[in-house]
Amino acid sequence: MLYPPFRDVHRHGNDCDVVMNEHHSAPPAGKPKGPLDGIPFSVKDNFCTESMETTCASRMLKGYRPPYTATVVQKLLDQGAVLIGKTNLDEFAMGSGSTDGVFGPVQNPWSYSVQYRERAGADAGWTIAGGSSGGSAVAVAAQTSFFALGSDTGGSTRNPGALCGVVALKPTYGLLSRHGLIPLVNSMDVPGILTRSASDAATVLGVLQGLDKKDSTTIPPPATPTHLPEEIDVRKIRIGIPREYHAPGLSAETLSQWTRVADLFEREGASVEPVSLPHTQHSIVCYHVLCTAEVASNMARFDGLEYGHRSALEDSTEALYAATRHEAFNDVVRRRILAGNFFLLKRNYELYFMKAQKVRRLIAQDFARVFHGGVDVLLTPTTLTDAAPYRQFIQEDNRTRSTQEDVFTQPANMAGLPAVTVPTALSSRGLPIGLQLIGPALHDTRLLALAAWLQKRLCFPRLELAGTWAEPGDVGVAPGLQGALQGHT
Amino acid sequence: MSEEKAGNGHRPGRAGSRLSQELVGVVGLEIHAQIHASTKLFSGSQVRFSSPPNSLVSFFDASLPGTLPVLNRRCVEAAVMTGLALNCTINKKSLFDRKHYFYADLPAGYQITQQRLPVAVDGRLSYGVLVDGSQNHVLERSVRIKQIQLEQDSGKSLRDGHRSQTLIDLNRAGIGLMELVMEPDMCCGEEAAAAVRELQLILQALGTCQGNMSEGQLRVDANVSVHRPGEPLGVRTEVKNINSARFLARAIDYELQRQMAVVESGGTVVNETRAFDFKSGQTIPMRDKEGLQDYRFMPEPNLPPLLLYDQQTAPMDADPTQVILIDQIQEQLPELPRVTRERLVKTYGILPEHSFTLVNEDDLVDYFVSVVQRTKAEPRKVIGWVLKDLLGQLKQRCLSTAQSPISPLALAELLDLLEAGRISSPAAKLVFQELWKGTGRSAEQIVEQQDLGVMRDHGEIERICQSVIDSHPEEVRAIRGGNRNVLNKLMGRVMKQTKGRADPLLVRTLLEEKTS
Repeated sequence: MLYPPFRDVHRHGNDCDVVMNEHHSAPPAGKPKGPLDGIPFSVKDNFCTESMETTCASRMLKGYRPPYTATVVQKLLDQGAVLIGKTNLDEFAMGSGSTDGVFGPVQNPWSYSVQYRERAGADAGWTIAGGSSGGSAVAVAAQTSFFALGSDTGGSTRNPGALCGVVALKPTYGLLSRHGLIPLVNSMDVPGILTRSASDAATVLGVLQGLDKKDSTTIPPPATPTHLPEEIDVRKIRIGIPREYHAPGLSAETLSQWTRVADLFEREGASVEPVSLPHTQHSIVCYHVLCTAEVASNMARFDGLEYGHRSALEDSTEALYAATRHEAFNDVVRRRILAGNFFLLKRNYELYFMKAQKVRRLIAQDFARVFHGGVDVLLTPTTLTDAAPYRQFIQEDNRTRSTQEDVFTQPANMAGLPAVTVPTALSSRGLPIGLQLIGPALHDTRLLALAAWLQKRLCFPRLELAGTWAEPGDVGVAPGLQGALQGHT
Repeated sequence: MSEEKAGNGHRPGRAGSRLSQELVGVVGLEIHAQIHASTKLFSGSQVRFSSPPNSLVSFFDASLPGTLPVLNRRCVEAAVMTGLALNCTINKKSLFDRKHYFYADLPAGYQITQQRLPVAVDGRLSYGVLVDGSQNHVLERSVRIKQIQLEQDSGKSLRDGHRSQTLIDLNRAGIGLMELVMEPDMCCGEEAAAAVRELQLILQALGTCQGNMSEGQLRVDANVSVHRPGEPLGVRTEVKNINSARFLARAIDYELQRQMAVVESGGTVVNETRAFDFKSGQTIPMRDKEGLQDYRFMPEPNLPPLLLYDQQTAPMDADPTQVILIDQIQEQLPELPRVTRERLVKTYGILPEHSFTLVNEDDLVDYFVSVVQRTKAEPRKVIGWVLKDLLGQLKQRCLSTAQSPISPLALAELLDLLEAGRISSPAAKLVFQELWKGTGRSAEQIVEQQDLGVMRDHGEIERICQSVIDSHPEEVRAIRGGNRNVLNKLMGRVMKQTKGRADPLLVRTLLEEKTS
């Protein structure tokens, strides 16, 4: 079942009624505000929404109602789009499975599909949705929203996008405002866009991009319009295949999709060539150092004094801080804070943090060199395999999983580049496989144009949901939504 | 004690006092100046003194998750102005960093500061030290400014012992500060106090900081050590909690003495932070904060490098509201105290020491110039009245220049009377005192009503002189016997009888004639 992505829809049922009623009472003769007027969307629960609970799936912010709304969410609301709920995630966006949040794991609707049941067998358990924006990806895949916002720091939008068979865009860093996005890694975070089609993503991008004076890291958007051209001419396009992306653990099926799409491009006249990004192998470790350091810093504000969870243990300020943070952060968060503080110690700063920044620059330069050499876009896998069964996924800890799963996605965050995942086909188990396109900075629209070109030719199948919803022993099902999507075509 | 000191090659016995002659003080300062701006450094909340607690706190100041810093242009301009006034090199590129520590008055768990690359470096502050604390002679000194950096102020915490709780007020959290580091070029409390005083004047002239130490707008911490000249610097201690320039000198001098005593008795100075207790005049060790702090500095990822330009280097298409031009700011700097002093000396012919006193006192320069413009008396005469009579009275009654009961015009009128010979100088002093009472009468009116005008009747004066001489035969004999000094006593008698209205020169002449 799709719970728990929409726990908020249930709890704030009244809010949604109000929103719907407001919309319906608008005079029908009025002009639509734009293409998004009246369109339902969901937002990952690490974006602040005024007076609506914003938890980051953490006990630390349970019950926290921000007094303001994130810029990107506000822009959508101003366009008349209808926010129907906040979606589930890994706690504070740390994870690649959406399994480590305080509200429980997110289930991939594809593991309830006809395709999955037929191919994987009756006793195959449900699979993860990917992370950390799992709830948003599910919302779009199951068509309860036309589009959703996620966040992407190391692949957190693209990963679940690929595992749930939807289009997921990580825009160029600085193109979309982060004001109101509760940060994980300020120097890598971007709001991500999840849709079923690339042209929908382009529409949303057009609404969201732009300088925000409340976010000093935003940049002016390119002058070119975001509206996609009729069809891009791939004969003018040079596609690069980075050889370092043949990573260990890459499934045979994903590899075969990679080849399939590369061949498709070549057949249609694009030039497809191998390229090298030699520092790729160092990027995971580098990411780990920089990410944990920023996390340690960003989490320092959670002390229970101004907002959020506050421990009852008040012997002293220090005891209060320690107890509050221990009680309300899960162990994934706490581990990253400890690691990050270690790397930032005076005696370690040069060895780890500075070093990682230098390696980061090398990684960014790898991309720059390839794009400067005339390559327009890189084609890579998004994830190693299709979605893993939950019981299998949780056998390794969060850190191990992140290290394994982020391989293809996080270099684009390191370099601040735009990247999009496109669903290509179903695996032998009936689960989506996606491939990733990475482009030069500010070429987000061209990336989406290529994604649209691919979507037209790949004929990715629709999700067909099975008749039965729950198995005995599965996570509890929310009544009322049962059967809501039965018969969906 | 003295025997142990022999290892230094000194003679035993007098070793103690010889050592204390050689040890010298080394003083550096760390100053936090609150930037005079209407909003905070990274957010739009207002800056106001004494507002209800937590009434000037934006979402960013309260560290609400998802909020981001936005740099305040005025604060950058203030830092550039101050840097230029202190002869610093302004860094065209400077960076922001996070300094992490947990404290209840620091909501984000870190302070945004400029640790790696501050906005201004390598400056110099020239200041004057008054020798013997009097107005007689001014020695020029200077201290190197290591750097000026922009950073956030923290909130305030108040301990409520009664209810075992700590109360936090975030009104001050996020206000812009300029941290100025002065190198250890000073030797003692007097120099440090003079340097701080000059800095206050400069900041006030620039308008970048109001400089009031008691209101916390200017906070000074002293780094103090002792050593023998030629040898490496000694271990330093940091002295905090100093609320006025006067206390600064006392705190530093106490600490220097304390350290010298420690060193002389063979001990070692501990590197620690000490608080100044103004009641006892001593420095006492502060609570040990769990050993050494590692601030885990990290670049502030939400603020790009701060780039400053000159009119020549500014990008052509730049939005002027987004660009700061260093040379333009330099051109528009207001007159600095040093220049004011030079101008006063040059224009009015007063002594340098006088110019220091004038500039040191709020509004006194304007007062002085006002009087000079309205009176026929020479500035050199005016200065005496302003610095001795007026300022003396103000200080005695703890009044500011603005609160003076005698306006510049009133004083000018008085000086005109004196200048015209209508009153004698002792009479003028009496009129001054009457004016001070603020009865609303002018100098002229006081002179008339109290009959203080110079005695014109020479005959009357001569008669009084004669009568004094007649009534003091002993003294007259002494004068005729060669003791001319006794003449002053007779003069005193005459002046008293004439209520100071007789021209002293005339009286002396007459008395000399009559006693010759």
